[in-house]
Amino acid sequence: MDLLNALVAILNYVVIPATAYGAQLALGALGVTLIYGILRFSNFAHGDTMAFGTAVTIIVTWGLQAAGVSLGPLPTALLALPFGIAITAALMLATDRVIYRYYRKVHAAPVILVMVSVGVMFLMNGITRLLIGVDEIRFDDGARFLITAREWRDWTGLAEPLTLRSTQAITVVVAAVVVWALFWFLAKTRTGKSMRAFSDNEDLALLSGINPNRVVAVTWIIAAALATTAGVLYGLDKSFKAFNYFQLLLPVFAAAIVGGLGNPLGAIAGGFIIAFSEVGVTYAWKKVAGYLGYNADGLLQLLSTEYKFAVSFVILIIVLLFKPTGLFRGKSF
Amino acid sequence: MSFLDASGMTGGYGATDILHDCTLRVEKGQIAVIVGPNGAGKSTAMKAVFGMLRLRAGKVTLDGEDITALSPQERVRKGMGFVPQVNNVFPTMTVEENLEMGAFIREDDFTGTMEQVFELFPILCDKRRQNAGELSGGQRQQVAVGRALMTKPKLLMLDEPTAGVSPIVMDELFDRIIEIARTGISILMVEQNARQALEIADTGYVLVQGANRYTDTGAALMADPEVRRTFLGG
Ligand SMILES: Nc1ncnc2c1ncn2[C@@H]1O[C@H](COP(=O)(O)OP(=O)(O)OP(=O)(O)O)[C@@H](O)[C@H]1O
Ligand SMILES: [Mg+2]
Repeated sequence: MDLLNALVAILNYVVIPATAYGAQLALGALGVTLIYGILRFSNFAHGDTMAFGTAVTIIVTWGLQAAGVSLGPLPTALLALPFGIAITAALMLATDRVIYRYYRKVHAAPVILVMVSVGVMFLMNGITRLLIGVDEIRFDDGARFLITAREWRDWTGLAEPLTLRSTQAITVVVAAVVVWALFWFLAKTRTGKSMRAFSDNEDLALLSGINPNRVVAVTWIIAAALATTAGVLYGLDKSFKAFNYFQLLLPVFAAAIVGGLGNPLGAIAGGFIIAFSEVGVTYAWKKVAGYLGYNADGLLQLLSTEYKFAVSFVILIIVLLFKPTGLFRGKSF
Repeated sequence: MSFLDASGMTGGYGATDILHDCTLRVEKGQIAVIVGPNGAGKSTAMKAVFGMLRLRAGKVTLDGEDITALSPQERVRKGMGFVPQVNNVFPTMTVEENLEMGAFIREDDFTGTMEQVFELFPILCDKRRQNAGELSGGQRQQVAVGRALMTKPKLLMLDEPTAGVSPIVMDELFDRIIEIARTGISILMVEQNARQALEIADTGYVLVQGANRYTDTGAALMADPEVRRTFLGG
């Protein structure tokens, strides 16, 4: 019984939240890795792209709610998401046209593009704040729980509660669909293959008649879709706050680098590695230890949650020291 | 007029010229080979013919049509195929996808062409689902040549197709290249293995410091004691 309770506690406080968080990070990291693989720079504006996309989606959600539109048990934001993606994609394409295109034309070094993206980051940062403000916003409506603590207790009779929030389930399902669609696109479609070819060997892609402008445009659109989806899922699961999204940049980059920059499968694995490490290290294991017959004096918490970003940082440093190309052989940098 | 006629090419990557009044010609269905010491400008001459280099002087015509002002992509559409010396495959894509990318500009059904490439290089058919980056050097060169053949070029340009492969594989590759020429495709090829290459060449060019030093039939160059002594190692 105690063993069961320990497992339930781990499931409830570590596995479920980390899985949802990992899926969100994976989507974010996929966007970063895609841009790195095809446009060949680390896009520091990605966190703020997530924030912008989410802000737009929230505003559309409010509009839909005011108009009385709802998805029943599902959050209205899912209906607003395509609009958020479209507007974010338009902004990405405009940014590319006005800013990045010039640096591509003069064959700027990647480090210069990184600096440019930092500038874009501040810009998007400001736009998002103008658009929706700096406050914390909750925008999840619809059914709150798939499994409540009370239902769980009634069903199982276990002392340890377990809850499954609908946003967690939605995160995992949506992320799985998006990842499947992305991989299908890259593996099976002509445009997807031309993007991989461009990422593999730009010169040869050009010789083969692949249109670089089209590849770049499609990349930005997909990156906008991934960023907005990741941001909306994160916001539904926790809450939206512009500053928090800027901070997400670190775990998102850590995930992409751990998995090997430029490698989509690696980005997904990296997302879950970072999420599970972060949640595992900041969880107080005292209760689980108690169920297993060890009564600890302290909380058995390795790091307090305020320091959770240190986890990404440490993993990042370890990977860069011992396996700079990441666990799944990305491009070295 | 020759099928490919690149005459008087002068130019380089920056301020200094690498090519000096360099001329290369290939007849229909024949094999022309460029040999010369390292850094002679052989690859540069190939790039110039393919439009990857801004020429200060000179003219390139293909099948009588002046293509001097065209970009490499436009030249592909005109019937040129180019296999660069290095980085000539998509390493993380399968053999089949590499060939597909070779056919990217084609609007029509290219499965027939892919079958022909597989007939020419049977090993590629066996490895069609394997990533090109995982293949041996010789197999990778076959992918590279196959990719260039996917547009059904009338002129195939090969920059050191046998670099880094064993002598047996080299003979094998030369046989395939002769086979390609027999189908009416003209071949312009740079080769480090000068002797073997000149043996199969209809025309041979010896390039030194970006200029034509000797031009003759392959057999005549092989027979020339001066060429033998200086460029073929006796
Ligand atoms: N991209 C480039 N930019 C500037 N200079 C270059 C470039 N590529 C080659 N060169 C220079 O042009 C000259 C000719 O080089 P090229 O590569 O054409 O020689 P090559 O005959 O093909 O030699 P190899 O047998 O080694 O392939 C060399 O001096 C080289 O340093
Ligand atoms: Mg060369």
